[in-house]
Amino acid sequence: MTLLRHTSKEIKDRSALTINPAKTCQPVGAMYAALGIHGCLPHSHGSQGCCSYHRSMLTRHYKEPVYAGTSSFTEGASVFGGQANLLQAFQNIFEIYDPDVVAVHSTCLSETIGDDMPQIADKAVKEGKVPEGKVVVTASTPSYVGSHVTGFANMVQGMVKGLATKKDKKNGKINVIPGFVEPSDMGEIKRLCKLMDVPIILFPDTDGVLNGPLTGKHKMFPDGGVTVEELRDTANSMGTLALGEWGSSLAAKYLDSTHKVPCQILGLPLGLTATDSFIDALRKMAGKSVPAEISFERGQLVDVMKDYHQYLYRRKVALAGDPDQLIALTEFLVSLDMIPAHIVTGTPGKKFEERIREITKDVPYKVNVKVEGDMFMLHQWIKNDPVDLLIGNTYMKYIARDEDIPLVRHGLPILDRVGHQYFPTVGYKGGLRLLEKILDAILTRKDRDDPETSFELAL
Amino acid sequence: MPTKKAMTPAEVKEEILKRYPTKVARKRDKQFLVHEGPEAMQTKDIQANVRTIPGIITQRGCTYAGCKGVILGPTRDIVNITHGPIGCGFYSWLTRRNQTDASAPDAANYMTYCFSTDMTEHDIVFGGMNKLRQAVQEAYDLFKPRAIAIFSTCPVGLIGDDVHAVAREMKEKLNAIDPNHKVNIFAFSCEGYKGVSQSAGHHIANNQIFTHVVGEEMKRPEGKYLINMLGEYNIGGDAFEIERILDKCGITLNSSFSGNSTYEQFARAGVADLNCVMCHRSINYVADMMETKWGIPWIKVNFIGAKSTAKSLRKIAQYFGDKQLIDRVEEVIAEEMKNVDATLADVKPRTTGKTAMLFVGGSRAHHYQDLFKELGMRSIGAGYEFAHRDDYEGRRVIPDIKVDADSRNIEELHIEQDPANYNPRKTDEELKQLEAAGFEFKEYAGLIPDMDKDTLIIDDINSWETEKLIEIMKPDIFCAGIKEKYAVEKLGVPLKQLHNYDMGGPYAGFKGAVNYYLEIDRLVNSKIWSYLEAPWDKEPELSATYVG
Repeated sequence: MTLLRHTSKEIKDRSALTINPAKTCQPVGAMYAALGIHGCLPHSHGSQGCCSYHRSMLTRHYKEPVYAGTSSFTEGASVFGGQANLLQAFQNIFEIYDPDVVAVHSTCLSETIGDDMPQIADKAVKEGKVPEGKVVVTASTPSYVGSHVTGFANMVQGMVKGLATKKDKKNGKINVIPGFVEPSDMGEIKRLCKLMDVPIILFPDTDGVLNGPLTGKHKMFPDGGVTVEELRDTANSMGTLALGEWGSSLAAKYLDSTHKVPCQILGLPLGLTATDSFIDALRKMAGKSVPAEISFERGQLVDVMKDYHQYLYRRKVALAGDPDQLIALTEFLVSLDMIPAHIVTGTPGKKFEERIREITKDVPYKVNVKVEGDMFMLHQWIKNDPVDLLIGNTYMKYIARDEDIPLVRHGLPILDRVGHQYFPTVGYKGGLRLLEKILDAILTRKDRDDPETSFELAL
Repeated sequence: MPTKKAMTPAEVKEEILKRYPTKVARKRDKQFLVHEGPEAMQTKDIQANVRTIPGIITQRGCTYAGCKGVILGPTRDIVNITHGPIGCGFYSWLTRRNQTDASAPDAANYMTYCFSTDMTEHDIVFGGMNKLRQAVQEAYDLFKPRAIAIFSTCPVGLIGDDVHAVAREMKEKLNAIDPNHKVNIFAFSCEGYKGVSQSAGHHIANNQIFTHVVGEEMKRPEGKYLINMLGEYNIGGDAFEIERILDKCGITLNSSFSGNSTYEQFARAGVADLNCVMCHRSINYVADMMETKWGIPWIKVNFIGAKSTAKSLRKIAQYFGDKQLIDRVEEVIAEEMKNVDATLADVKPRTTGKTAMLFVGGSRAHHYQDLFKELGMRSIGAGYEFAHRDDYEGRRVIPDIKVDADSRNIEELHIEQDPANYNPRKTDEELKQLEAAGFEFKEYAGLIPDMDKDTLIIDDINSWETEKLIEIMKPDIFCAGIKEKYAVEKLGVPLKQLHNYDMGGPYAGFKGAVNYYLEIDRLVNSKIWSYLEAPWDKEPELSATYVG
């Protein structure tokens, strides 16, 4: 029996019912971003269910502690406003947990009733509920707008809005906003910048926060994360590289327009050509030459792409996920001469389809793209036109099992495998890992399906 | 170094509370009890089911989670539509491990799906009722389900969408279109801000299921000794194991609320002869209402722990009073206990004397103490996220419980006898005889009487208290949920998740007990905990130098 037995081949138009979404809501993205600040406790201004759900999802994804406070709205607060709850929360959080920063985001509840969080935060400071030397940043993250990616972008912008402070002197650094990527990816971006000898401020930075060690000693606020000092200093950088338009452009544009820090918006550096663009932009912005180590890594990736091309050529892939990730993945698949056949994102944004069409214009296939689509739609497309490979989060395993198609887990959330928090998929090294995973999925399937007569030792 | 004298439980409490601002300390004081022995505890009450302190880092969730996630989530053939922005539906999509057996041909199974109206800004501003109507229509057109349920989320109540009106209207409309396919449509006002926790959601779910479904079908199915199992959600296959045992004894399961359940089971719940309540907190409302309406008595059972399982089976057999059943139950227990005893003989020497703490939901923090007892382990601290005073102190305190302002708006249904179908299952005489023999109807004694002197009972525990408890009391195992798991384990103490069982289970019944013994042995005796310190941290000074 199939697990998604009610998904029919016949496609009927839907205008109101979303089935098996390819997105979730804003605050979890904001919570993730806030965890990328050193010494920060994220805070959810809403009823406590949201906060529990968001913490649970991130915990299941990372297998790491995820702390966050909540205003714990009751029915009374929902009618008369949540100011008292938030003021109380500030006092309790600082007295009991003593973070350096509290990063507050909202939910559909506090947004619908119209709570003014910056005003409440201001009042908290004036009333001494925020101790000297401690900081509060806020971001408005209504769940009924956009997706978790929007929430991430809003909180990243909230960080610089609340903290970036212009000084007379430039700091000689480049701001890098890594986008909604894994801690391992943020670590890889730092490594590449170090190899390039470019001093950067990476924000947010969850590396070391959501991929920590087990030592028997517990730090509620781990060593990782961008510091408040660094965030203040983002206003004095030479420029900003924003990776991933959906996740990073808001903050980059804010620094550009408010503090005259010029920005360049790129895609996520995932796959060969997108990593090329990142390294090239970094080189030009910082005025540095690319070291031999990086060219060597690039050459290794190209080498494997060549070695295993025969197993990739014209293989069809169905993908679901977040727009910045999907754009980069599609570009990578096209560079491998694969066919990204069906693509679905739950996150709204007009530019998405345009970008996908541009990347796939020479692909010999009419690519299906749906913005604000869902996995039910994707599954129906697959039933009508099967593919060789699926790339997406853990929820795709139900389609993978029903349709007997191999799945490469990528994106948020991955609830049933390890790796994403430790091994990057960005950069040339990440490209190599992603390619290995794709090949492993395809070749494992080949080994399973090949008849005994042509079962090969070497591939 | 002289070893520090162990703190008394009262000192532990004091140490923890002294960190708090005065108002917080005063409140937590009432939710944090030191067990002073059975007699002293008769007069002590715990504060529970009160609002959460903002910013305290609670374990708690919301009313929507209690309603949609817990009670209605496990039923496979109802299309559950979340009316709200996408998050609530997404997070409750397959994240509770309510297993279901939909292997019958043509069996519907919507549990693998997430249905949502995915409200946008437009819906918040202009109202979401039209979109909800259309979503119900689309669900009907695509799936032709037996029932569609609608769940409200936070903004729905605020913007004034009338979900019940939409449900009524769509039910009428769709049943007129195709009289051969009856669809039941009903809604739940389970906005996240209602009440103070998941608990309000249980109550709302109980009320609506009782109003719209239970009693719809009063035809008795085949089989002897007809019972309903209430408050058992089939996490990790628990209900499958209970069903296996009941089957073996010849007891017929009429309906389950709601592990491995179907719509039809809810509908025919009114014909059973006995209600067995596992999770008291979540389902006692339905049990009470069925007793009033149809005269079905209810008893508290517990299938967690081999001895508790045996005890519960004997209770059921005693209730029916049939010699054939009583004998069969004894045979089954004797047969099943062989494997249980063999496993215990292996495991118990390695677990005896170890200590556990349990801070879980509204029921398991009590039930699982039985399993630890079987392992020779002591439970030194326990508490619930969202239970009420009766779950701690026993139902005897119900008349004294004051419903506070935060929970007053949760509806209490007024139920009357069903004139056509009311049928007391036992005569007054029979009831008296059973009670004289020690049988307790409609009774739950709560967690506190089962705990030892000098243990700690803590309601709505938070991150600070969890961490301090572990630091000071160093339990060998801590039981809680996913949010606590990795924080506790960073401190070097294994955490057993008693919500999702760390993907293990079943832990109910006899086979479940065996699974649990092995799992606890694995956790408390794992080599992992010996590796936390690197060799160079144990002896940082170099005592010799290698000369090449």
